[in-house]
Order: sequence, then C-alpha cells, then structure tokens
Amino acid sequence: MREGSTREESTTTPAAMSVESAPVRFRDPQIEMAHGAGGKASRKLVEGLFAPILFGGNPGPLGDAAHVDINGTRVAITTDSFVVKPLTFPGGSIGELAVNGTVNDLAVSGAKAEALVVSYVLEAGLPTSILEAEVRAMAKAAREAGVRIAAGDTKVVEHGKADHMYVTTTGIGRLIPGVTIDPGSVRMGDKILLSGPIGDHGITILLARGELDLEADLRSDTRSVLPLVEALIGAAGPGLRWMRDPTRGGAATSLNELARDCGLGMVLFEDQIRVRDMVRGACELLGLDPLHIANEGQFLAVVSPEYSDAAINALSMAPGGDEAQVIGEVREQPAGTVLVTTLYGGSRIVDMLVGDPLPRIC
Amino acid sequence: MRFVDEFREPELISKTAEEICRIAGEERHYRMMEVCGGHTHAIYRFGLKDILPENIELIHGPGCPVCVLPMGRIDDGLSIAKDPNVVFAAFGDMMRVPGTQGSPLEHKARGMDVRIVYSPSDALKLARLNPEKHVMFFAIGFETTAPSTALTMMRAKAEGIRNFSVFCNHVTIIPAIRAILDSPDMRLDAFIGPGHVSTVIGCRPYEWIAQNERKPIVVSGFEPLDMLQSIVMLLRQLRAGEAKVENQYKRVVPWEGNRAALKAMAEVFQLRPYFEWRGLGFISQSALSINDKYAEFDAEQRFDVPGIRVTDPKAAQCGEVLKGVLKPHQCKLFGRECTPEHPIGALMVSSEGSCAAYHNYEHRKAVMVSLSSIA
Repeated sequence: MREGSTREESTTTPAAMSVESAPVRFRDPQIEMAHGAGGKASRKLVEGLFAPILFGGNPGPLGDAAHVDINGTRVAITTDSFVVKPLTFPGGSIGELAVNGTVNDLAVSGAKAEALVVSYVLEAGLPTSILEAEVRAMAKAAREAGVRIAAGDTKVVEHGKADHMYVTTTGIGRLIPGVTIDPGSVRMGDKILLSGPIGDHGITILLARGELDLEADLRSDTRSVLPLVEALIGAAGPGLRWMRDPTRGGAATSLNELARDCGLGMVLFEDQIRVRDMVRGACELLGLDPLHIANEGQFLAVVSPEYSDAAINALSMAPGGDEAQVIGEVREQPAGTVLVTTLYGGSRIVDMLVGDPLPRIC
Repeated sequence: MRFVDEFREPELISKTAEEICRIAGEERHYRMMEVCGGHTHAIYRFGLKDILPENIELIHGPGCPVCVLPMGRIDDGLSIAKDPNVVFAAFGDMMRVPGTQGSPLEHKARGMDVRIVYSPSDALKLARLNPEKHVMFFAIGFETTAPSTALTMMRAKAEGIRNFSVFCNHVTIIPAIRAILDSPDMRLDAFIGPGHVSTVIGCRPYEWIAQNERKPIVVSGFEPLDMLQSIVMLLRQLRAGEAKVENQYKRVVPWEGNRAALKAMAEVFQLRPYFEWRGLGFISQSALSINDKYAEFDAEQRFDVPGIRVTDPKAAQCGEVLKGVLKPHQCKLFGRECTPEHPIGALMVSSEGSCAAYHNYEHRKAVMVSLSSIA
C-alpha cells in the first residue's frame, strides 16, 4: 500500500504569486498516519499545505500525474513512494509495486511511461539477497510494462530508522494522442467503468501481515494497467472523460474526489461491482467496505454513454480485462456525492475515509 | 457467499418490505428502538430506511460500546500507557475515539506504543512475544466480547504470564435498556433486540421488558432480511396487542444463551456497584470489573489510575441522542464543530454511532428531496 507519496501533482501551471507568503489552511498540529492513507486527511494536507506553498493558490483538480510543457512538447510526470509491509506478499512485492504504481499513475493520466528514476532508502542490516530480489522484480516489471529504468539513487539509514527498504519511483511519460482526462468534462448520463474486481491488494496485504488468523487464497492485483488503458483509448478515446487508479483509499475515495471536482453525483449499482468472495468474506468479518480497500492493478474510467458498449467490449477482449463492468453512472444528484444503490431499492452514501480503514470488532 | 447472500436476496427483501407496509397500514406511527450498534450500522449500510414506510421510525439505542464509554476512561487507559514499557492494545473500533489529549492513534503518532488487535488473545500473544514489555488490553464491549476477555485472562493465569493486564470497560446490556425505559422523555413501542449479545445471554433476560413494560422485543440478526423480518414480527405483535420476547436470529442465538461463555464471565468478572455511561450517567450494576481471583491481571489495580472524569462539552447533546430523545442532526454541534473528521462525541466516531451514520443520511436526504422534485 502506498503511503505518504506526493503523487497528486497539479495539472495546472503554478500561479505567479509569492509562494513564501501563501496562506496555509492545514491546522493539524502533527502528522498522523492518516495523512498518508489517501483519504480525507491526505487530501487536507495536500490542499491545505503543499498546494498553497508549492503551487501557489488553488491548484484545481488534482490528478495522478502532472502534464508539463517543455519547449512546446507536453509530457506527463509523476512520483510515488512505496513503504509496504511486508515487502513481499502473494502476487507481488515492493519492487513490482514501485514500477507498476508509477506506470499506472501515468497511464490513467493518459500517458505511456517512457522512463523511470528510482530512489532507494535502505535500512542498514538489510540482507543483500532481499535487495537483489527486489531489484530483479523491478527489472522484470519494467520489462513487462515496456518502460526503461534510466537512473537512480541510494541512501542508507541507521538500523531501526526505516522498515527494511523504501522505494520511490519517478516516471516520465509520453501523452497518448486524442485523450483528455479532465473531471470538468464529466457530464450527466456518463457511464462509470471499473476494470475488474476490487479489494484484492488491500486484503492480501492485511492477511500477509499475519496479524489475523485468517487464511485465504488471494493475490495482490498488482500489474501495469497500460494495455487496458490503451485498449480503452483505442475504442472510446473521444468519449473518455476521466480515469483514475483507485489505490489507497479505494474506489470510494477516487469517486468522491471526482464527484467533488465535477460537482455531480456518482450513482453506483452495488450488484455490478465485482468483489471476490474471499475479499467480501474478509470485509464482512472485519467490518470493512470493499470500496475503501486499496487496489494496485485496477482503474476507474468515465466515458460518455454512446461509447460505453465499445469501451466494455474493448476492455473485455484485452488480456486481464474480462471482468470490466459498467458499475454506475453520473447523475446531477446527489451532487458531489457517491451513492451506492442496491437491487431492492436501498441506498447508502459512501464517503471517503478519514484515514486507514480500521476493523470493527465489538 | 453462503449464509450471507441468502439474507440479501432482492426479491425476498422487496416482498418483506411490502408485507411491512401492508401490516403497518397508515393510521398510526411506530417507534422501534434497535438496541445494538451493529443494527444501526446495518440500517445505514443496506439503506433500509429507503424501503420502510414513513410511519415506522427506527431509534438508535445505546448498544455501541465505544459510544457509551466516557472520555475519562479513555484518558485513564492512555495515562497508564504513558509509561514507555506499557503497550496499549485495543480493537480498531477504539483507535479514533477522542480522549481529552487525543485519540489512541494520535498518541501513537506521538510515540506511544499503541497496537490494534483483533481479539484479546492477540493481546496476550503480544505479551508472550514481548516479555520485556507490559501489554495492557483496553477491553470494551457488551456481553458479546466479555467472554473472550475472560477466557484470555484464564489462559494468562494458567500460563503464569506476568506482563499482561486488562483495563476492563465491559458493560452489560440489560441495565442500559432499563435506563432507557425509565427515562421519562422516552416513548417507545417496541425493541429490535441485540443479536450478538444474545448469543451469550440468550433471550430470557428480556422477559421483563415484555411482561412488566408491555413492550414487544424481537432478537434480530444483522442482514437486511433478518431486520425486516424482525420488524414484521414486531408489527404483528403490536397489531395483536401482544408483548412477547421472540427470537428471529435462531440460527445463531440459543434461547438459553451460551452457558460456557457465561461461566467464563462468572469466573473472572464481578458486577461494579455503578458505572458511568456516556450520555446516560451513572447506572448501578451495569458494568463488569475483574474479581479478586484475577486481581493480578486488573490494570486498574496494578497501576495508578488517575480516575479522570470529563464532562462532555456543554453544547454536545450526546446523551439525548443516545437515548433517542433527539435525532443526531438536532444536536447543536452536529455537522458543524462535530464531524467524522473532527468528532467531539464518540457517536460521531464509530461507524456504529448514530451521528456518524446520520451525518451521511441527512446529507443524502436533503439531496433526495431535490432528486424527487426533478423526477
């Protein structure tokens, strides 16, 4: 699970105001784990402290990657830090996540990753064999995703000052022509698409920590979503409005951000959202909502209604896209909100979490 | 998923909802209290209010353990864990509940050794794995969780573990229901009885509610069909002018309860003469403490406990909300000073707390009104 990353770069150019005097609205006296969990607390930190000082004023909607202009060429750039515990888990490891996570952030901003820069923070005492395995995992993931690892940096901190190893990857990508990802372009009647089942990664990590006496045959969904994104763009490019990979905070957080950014309502059909039985079971036991659980190999998209069939067909034909579904639609109401409806006519609001999902026991 | 999906079957749910409308009619209003926080959570999670007729009003009861815990108890527990040798272990439910100096999670951010555990036996495991530390389990819950705390202490004693203790906040459900019924401003027609608690205590302890107070009570499961069926059973009793204890949750709840669990509780706990409940005040014989036989595991006896008493902020009306006298949004702080991000009262913290649940619902109701006006 990714925490504490600075992936929410502005997609607008910095305003020319004096940034040293920019007003900071973030009032929390200290940094808590919740500020890195991708929910409300994270957003408050980014919008209340980072954005005013670093970008100057209101950054506008925050995307997965920034698009910057270099001598007339627009490129996408993003960065992400990985602090997952345990380092390896069924279906993946920190090295794979570090490559796929950044490739995916670029992909859902409408860009194909070209090169990555890697930065390692290593704890003294880390067995070389573990490091080697992770570097190999990165090389393999990069080859599979078709991205080059171009440069890197290493720092070592004292034993006990870090948890084995942290990896940061920064990626630069080429914009895929004919796509504009903009929450402002989302309209009433648009369809909300999801690439596959949710919650696999978060629940796998929770179980891999070994704190629960629960066992399940479950794997992280970590993968590059670029092939699926390309298939979607190929079939529905002109109708594609928005994409996001719902990592920390889960699908609920991504859709709440979209609802807020575009001022419309996201109405989801619960029976259309795929959740594996293992994930559902764990969530039922622990009082968690799969919509709040992290994913590493899925993405959400909004397409205009006339393109939704073509989009689903294209995704279903692409490898790993056979479980893609239309899970909901954009409506005028409830504005700024995510509403989940059931087949029997019940409905509930799904808000962002404040911090990490906490299990309910009593 | 077996044992879950059967109770969420859309067609059956719709049929049961229709039956409720038919029995309820339109001529009178029904006020039913769901005692258990798990039911409150289920009502919101499954959107049951959307399918119930307007003349059935569900009132959220006192059965959310973190919601009824006075802030002073949290402060007391955290003050023990200021000792760097002490590990504060608790369920995830407790982690964001505010004390006067912040929640357990905020204390963790400042360096306190706070761990989330999934059961009391996990806390005991921590004690075994960290012999140089003292692990204090901050125990909360009704009769649902009390037996596992008791069994854990029995095991700790059998194994001769010395670095483990329990800060006991276990409470009992019957005195809370009595306090609600004794409250003069409370008018209720019936109770949806707690499901998990009843797996331990059974259904007999509710008989006085039916016999003396003439209120029907149906012990209910937590799936949408469970709750709707319980409402049907309550309506039938009310229409027939009856007041009985009925058990809808027979697949889990035995009428006589769980003797082994009750025996474990009797082995370890004793009734406190009185205990403070947030919002309800002091209720006699409403909570459990650890008896002399297990005194070595009682954190309140092992450590200096300041015995902090914190009065809720004057403007906060947690008590009235907890008793169902006020709806959450009628509290002066609701949605302004007190929000899920910055909870002042515990009802806003737990997803079983009626304020946190209502925070979303009220918000939605406003938009639903505008939705229906377009349609």
